[in-house]
Amino acid sequence: MDFDSVVVGAGIVGSACAAELARAGMKVALVDIADPGLGATAAGMGHIVVMDDSPAQLALTHYSRQLWDALETSLTPACEYRRTGTLWIAADEEEMQEVLRKRALYTDNGVAAEAITADRLYELEPSLRRGMSGGLLVPDDGVVYAPAVARVLAMQACDAGAVPITGKVTAVGDGRVQLEGGAELRTRRIVVAAGEWSTRLLPDLPIRRRKGHLAITDRYPGMVRHQLVELGYLKSAHSISGDSVAFNIQPRSTGQLLIGSSRQYGAEDSGVDFALMQRMLARATEYMPALADLSIIRMWTGFRAATPNKLPLIGPWTADETVFLATGHEGLGITTSLATAALLSSYFAGRDSTIPIAPYLPANAEAAHA
Amino acid sequence: MPDSVTIRIDGQTVRVPHGTSVAAAIMMNGGFCRTSVQGEPRSAVCGMGICFECRAAVNGVAQQRTCQITCVDEMQVVTHG
Amino acid sequence: MAETRLHCDVLVAGAGPAGIAAAIAARRAGKQVVVVDDNPHPGGQIWRGSMSGAHSTSAAARKWLQRFRASGAELLSSTRIVTAPGANTVLAEHEGNAIHIHYDALVLATGARELLLPFPGWTLPGVMGAGGLQAMAKAGLPLRGKRVVVAGTGPLLLAVAAAFVHEGATVPGVFDQASRENITAFAASLLTRPSLLMQGAGYLATIKSWRYRQGWWPLCVHGEATLQSVVMTNGSDTVEIACDYLACGFHLVPNIELGALLHCRIQNGAIIANEHQQTSVANVFTAGEAAGIAGLPQALVEGEIAGAYAAGAGNQVRHLLRRRTALRKVAARMNHAYRLRPELRALPQADTLICRCEDVSWQQLQGFSGMRSAKIHTRCGMGPCQGRICGAAMQFLAGWEADTHRPPLYPVQLSTLLPLAAHDTTHLEESI
Repeated sequence: MDFDSVVVGAGIVGSACAAELARAGMKVALVDIADPGLGATAAGMGHIVVMDDSPAQLALTHYSRQLWDALETSLTPACEYRRTGTLWIAADEEEMQEVLRKRALYTDNGVAAEAITADRLYELEPSLRRGMSGGLLVPDDGVVYAPAVARVLAMQACDAGAVPITGKVTAVGDGRVQLEGGAELRTRRIVVAAGEWSTRLLPDLPIRRRKGHLAITDRYPGMVRHQLVELGYLKSAHSISGDSVAFNIQPRSTGQLLIGSSRQYGAEDSGVDFALMQRMLARATEYMPALADLSIIRMWTGFRAATPNKLPLIGPWTADETVFLATGHEGLGITTSLATAALLSSYFAGRDSTIPIAPYLPANAEAAHA
Repeated sequence: MPDSVTIRIDGQTVRVPHGTSVAAAIMMNGGFCRTSVQGEPRSAVCGMGICFECRAAVNGVAQQRTCQITCVDEMQVVTHG
Repeated sequence: MAETRLHCDVLVAGAGPAGIAAAIAARRAGKQVVVVDDNPHPGGQIWRGSMSGAHSTSAAARKWLQRFRASGAELLSSTRIVTAPGANTVLAEHEGNAIHIHYDALVLATGARELLLPFPGWTLPGVMGAGGLQAMAKAGLPLRGKRVVVAGTGPLLLAVAAAFVHEGATVPGVFDQASRENITAFAASLLTRPSLLMQGAGYLATIKSWRYRQGWWPLCVHGEATLQSVVMTNGSDTVEIACDYLACGFHLVPNIELGALLHCRIQNGAIIANEHQQTSVANVFTAGEAAGIAGLPQALVEGEIAGAYAAGAGNQVRHLLRRRTALRKVAARMNHAYRLRPELRALPQADTLICRCEDVSWQQLQGFSGMRSAKIHTRCGMGPCQGRICGAAMQFLAGWEADTHRPPLYPVQLSTLLPLAAHDTTHLEESI
């Protein structure tokens, strides 16, 4: 046996798992085709956010956000971690009702949240279009430059004894990880943390690729201060199965603005879908007309690993007792990476975790799916 | 056609020959175009719109490549953005 | 904000010599031709007119520009192609307005930019490209009474140095990093092309031949807020020269970005073309420096071939195909003679900035395996030049391949990317 655990994928989730398992005293290998954090970790936004699509999602995101607070002291400046808060924007009175519901739910669960009037909204974010109804401020949410965090976590893993291995994984199963070129790693446990790419190793996973688009501007310091998200994000845009766009702006510490977001099933080509990009940018300017004058430097896409119940798959894979999953995080992989690693580590140690792992167990996801 | 145009660079009135680029106007006036991420002064390098070192705000629009813009009367230029 | 939609038979990207020749050839075949160029005037960098008249365009250039104007090709100046939103379509920006252009065939005549290499102090104002300072002089930057040191490599150095002298500058020296042996051998190979040799002799007469030194390159520059002097070396001796400008370019890099975005195959940093100037994408052709650095005569021949084949009239230019091959051989000898010496890789010091947009130092780039990883983790190449300067430098310094090209080709005003309806909506809401 070469290793106790081989983690496949050095994105933020895999790197977090490798760090946690190595610190728990396991002999760990962390395998990726490239340096840490260059896949979906680098393609996404890096929003640390509490979300409430389901009680299990609320529990996982809230718990994980607490772990981010604990991690903060070991992050490098390159990680650009800032508690900007999330400002959920209510465009009309109907969405203001959603603000009140959400505030009550968050507060009941110990998540600070403040309902904001329209006047206060424009004090906080003067560039928003006039005529909004208000919003919900979640002050403890934050933003982070995720690839740098993946690198820090991978270094932590190595400091704790994990072995970084560069190679393309071609097959996993039966305690073996096959690498392109014929090498094979033997291990008690294989942790598949390869995002949407996981389905190429395990085709039966209940994961679909969900393509996203982002655009980034030149530097305009101070123009936006909070992560801004439309509340319509919840009620309409992203809950349906077709292509959708939503207003979602992130201020980077450079003064650049990251503009999202889109969700698209069935798109295999990684190129920018110009029509969808147009819709996304149009949506952004509906909420913030001044964006129209900014310079766009770069546009790109990435693929999220989406599951039917919008919860990640964490724990043993039913088809092979040596295979464990840490994938299927869709748009919340940055936020929930740390909780994923904590849950998996406790599971391996036979300990109870801070929050129950049950909702995320692959067996339960399959049962719900069936 | 008048043989010179008058623009304002950082509030100062500058008269330049007709056809002068904004970047050339900034440099002949003894100034720099932009301040780099770490605070260094920078001015035009490639002269053809590739390097983006000559960025400045022109008529209120930030981050413009001034080597690609010809001065016209009453243009407002703000450097060191 | 306005949006325009155009259709043409042949779209030419770039109005330098190659693009002009292509447009004329395609017009001659009766096609409707649109030429998009990001400069205010046609002619590319080499035929760029100047305000003062000191950089007088040659008789040949005037003749080509005259034929171009008379050809009936539609020229869109100060217009930049930003992306390819769909099949056979490009989106261009002109003064904040969007232009969607649909084409049947496309000629990529996007030219080249200077290779700028990092050395200590190269970010000081006053250190510019060789062609860069020439372009600025043409755009009104006065050089009268200024001391301009010219350095780098390539035949361009003599031409720009002579132009600076004509502008009234003092040129204390022209320093080419290529060895005397290499340059002499290349000159000797041009005996069959006396006009080029005559041109070179004319430049030397202007700058005084004793000021042209081969086998010298810049080590560093000194100055606080602006340039004060440059230190040149030949590997054993060094000399410090006081100057107002250092005009320093290390030959040229093909502008392949549009070709790469359209999935044309790229090899050795240039767009691959067959003998008909056709790229790996069937209805996309290329000509001039974008297809490999080869100089003006080659650009004109290739442009004519590309334009004719793009117009489906290849039979009109069969006589040019042999000429193209012969010129390519001259170009290969030139590129070999002016190949960069390995000592230039040792110029950056730990704190020398490599990425000028994001201020990323040489030291910060150590330990990365390639451009993609370094970009994500250091921001090298993430700024608005999109890696055009630092990417080309790192290709030479470390052998790193450029990261995948992502749209837009140039930073673009967001409104240019919006659908027309969205403009209306925005204005409507604003006015309510």
